Amino acid sequence: MSEASDNFIEIRGLSFHRGDRAIFDNIDLTIPRGKVVGIMGPSGTGKTTLLRLIGRQLRPDAGSIIVDGQDLDDLSREELFKARRKMGMLFQSGALFTDLSVFENVAFPIRIHTKLPEAMIRDIVFMKLEAVGLRGAWNLMPAELSGGMNRRVALARAIALDPAMVMYDEPFVGQDPIAMGVLVKLIRMLNESLGITSVVVSHDLHETASISDYLYLIADAKVIGQGAPDELMNSDEPRVKQFMNGLSDGPVPFHFPAEDYRSAILGQEV
Amino acid sequence: MRMRTIEISVGGFMLAGVLALLVLALKVSGLSLDSSKQTYTVTAMFDNTGALKPRAKVVMAGVIIGRVTEIGLDKHTYMAKVEMEIDSKVDNIPLDSTAAIVTAGLLGEKYIGVSIGGEIDYIKNNGRFEDTQSAVILEELIGKFLLGSVNKDDQ
Amino acid sequence: MTGLSERLAQLGRFGLEQIQSVGRSGIFLFLAIFSRAGFSNRFSLLTQQLYSIGVLSLIIVIMSGLFIGMVLALQGYNILIRYGSEGAVGQMVALSLLRELGPVVTGLLFAGRAGSALTAEIGLMKTTEQLSSMEMIGVDPLKRVIAPRFWAGVIAMPLLAAIFSLVGILGAAMVGIDWLGIYEGSFWSSMQSSVRVVNDIGNGMIKSLVFGFVVTWISVYQGYDAVPTSEGVSRATTRTVVYSSMAILGLDFILTAVMFGDL
Repeated sequence: MSEASDNFIEIRGLSFHRGDRAIFDNIDLTIPRGKVVGIMGPSGTGKTTLLRLIGRQLRPDAGSIIVDGQDLDDLSREELFKARRKMGMLFQSGALFTDLSVFENVAFPIRIHTKLPEAMIRDIVFMKLEAVGLRGAWNLMPAELSGGMNRRVALARAIALDPAMVMYDEPFVGQDPIAMGVLVKLIRMLNESLGITSVVVSHDLHETASISDYLYLIADAKVIGQGAPDELMNSDEPRVKQFMNGLSDGPVPFHFPAEDYRSAILGQEV
Repeated sequence: MRMRTIEISVGGFMLAGVLALLVLALKVSGLSLDSSKQTYTVTAMFDNTGALKPRAKVVMAGVIIGRVTEIGLDKHTYMAKVEMEIDSKVDNIPLDSTAAIVTAGLLGEKYIGVSIGGEIDYIKNNGRFEDTQSAVILEELIGKFLLGSVNKDDQ
Repeated sequence: MTGLSERLAQLGRFGLEQIQSVGRSGIFLFLAIFSRAGFSNRFSLLTQQLYSIGVLSLIIVIMSGLFIGMVLALQGYNILIRYGSEGAVGQMVALSLLRELGPVVTGLLFAGRAGSALTAEIGLMKTTEQLSSMEMIGVDPLKRVIAPRFWAGVIAMPLLAAIFSLVGILGAAMVGIDWLGIYEGSFWSSMQSSVRVVNDIGNGMIKSLVFGFVVTWISVYQGYDAVPTSEGVSRATTRTVVYSSMAILGLDFILTAVMFGDL
């Protein structure tokens, strides 16, 4: 992280508000090239919002986000769509196009961005589907897939254009242990074999810690802890400790109703 | 395969829409595609056209022989000047024929009815009907009728 | 006093929000129409939308047109027969269909049938993050999702209105000539002598084009702007039908005043 070009994403002084509530308050974040970075935090801390900010689907109130050396602020609408080709994103719900088959879903980004002949598209699609273990399901419609399969197809689509970075939004939520294990293996494998920079947003501690090279812990609109997984495990910071050990009681109140949560934030600021 | 049926039905839909427009134009508004139809222009002066409209038909013996093209006021005579196009095939309208503004039914459209005269010479292009009969104005008719009956009562 | 000033402030805020949403939908439309689409299968996308917007609306449009034409003939006959002018039924039916009922009723049916479907479809695509994922793939959903739907709506609506008017006139002819015994010649000739191509058919088509434009615009914008929850989509769908209907009737008055005001 010594040089700027080693970092795929640099976030400096980012602030974002939704209404009166601060989602992020002047945070800095760095995603090094070729690494798996986990971003963790309690539910409702805006982790998904962070991914949308990186993909520029939302505009920050303040601060800059630099993706692969380009400040997103400088890009026009057209250039932005070009820049997004470098980023694959796996949505929480999978977000497959329901009117297209599995094959066409994976082929979609290829057809859009390249003029490859049909035979070649076929080869690429089957290769990507093979990578997620679903080549046999190529002619099914998304409605016929289970939740885990849905997400794996979405992953195949996210990597169809060989992006430099893939962002995973809560990839482990609502998955049975087997599907979860498959996804963990896939994310790690894609990172190692293709050198894809990966950002995993999750609150599933163990799975995320097991695949990440570096972890960020976000709570109360701030980065409250960062470092390699085992560093964080042994941290003395009370809030980090509470999260990493999964204690239900501590400085960070877990899964509280919104009003109480807000008053807790205000209480700490005073 | 499914795409094919979609394309066919969309094609059918577009054709049906355009065809509907075409039928509306031809059948409903009576637009004639046959623009090469030869006509000649005749004028007639009326005291009162009674809301005769351009495109009203010109009828002889119940057969349409032309259409009204223009209606205007003649400033010198204070009469309405009606121009009409008559089918060139009907080139034998006697000079002393009468053009009358007639109403189809009580509320129906107004049109020009031509009754034949007895002259040997015919009306030529840019000629005019010398003898005309103005539109019957319902109010005047009723007024006359009332007046007539009042007079009867007096006697 | 504070209550009053607060209420005033609220009113002002409401007004500003309305103006903002008009502005947003305008920009939205501009981007959808005038940005260059960078993909090759634009034609087949448009075809698919023409199918679901136009072809699937055909049945309801034809049925409604037929019945409205038949009812007009019956009603017109009952009134005009008293004056012995039942031949004018053709003229009355044709003019009311071509000038008013064709564009307006087709527009209302179009809003209910195609507009609400458009809003719900786009709203659901938003709810299930399909629009977001499209953006992240690097495809502008305005071009890929919105533009073909918009154009399909603008193309389909005048065609539907023309079909509606024609079917209505044929229905009126069926009732008037075959059942009520109006003399066929006077039925058609009264129609032909009063209907003008530019004034009546042309203006009717302009009306339906305007309605198609506005209804589709409202529909796709409401879908795109919907709150991404099931409740948000259902509200957006309701708004589409309400706003479209109001827009059609309001615009119809304005257009009529401009087109036929001097007649």
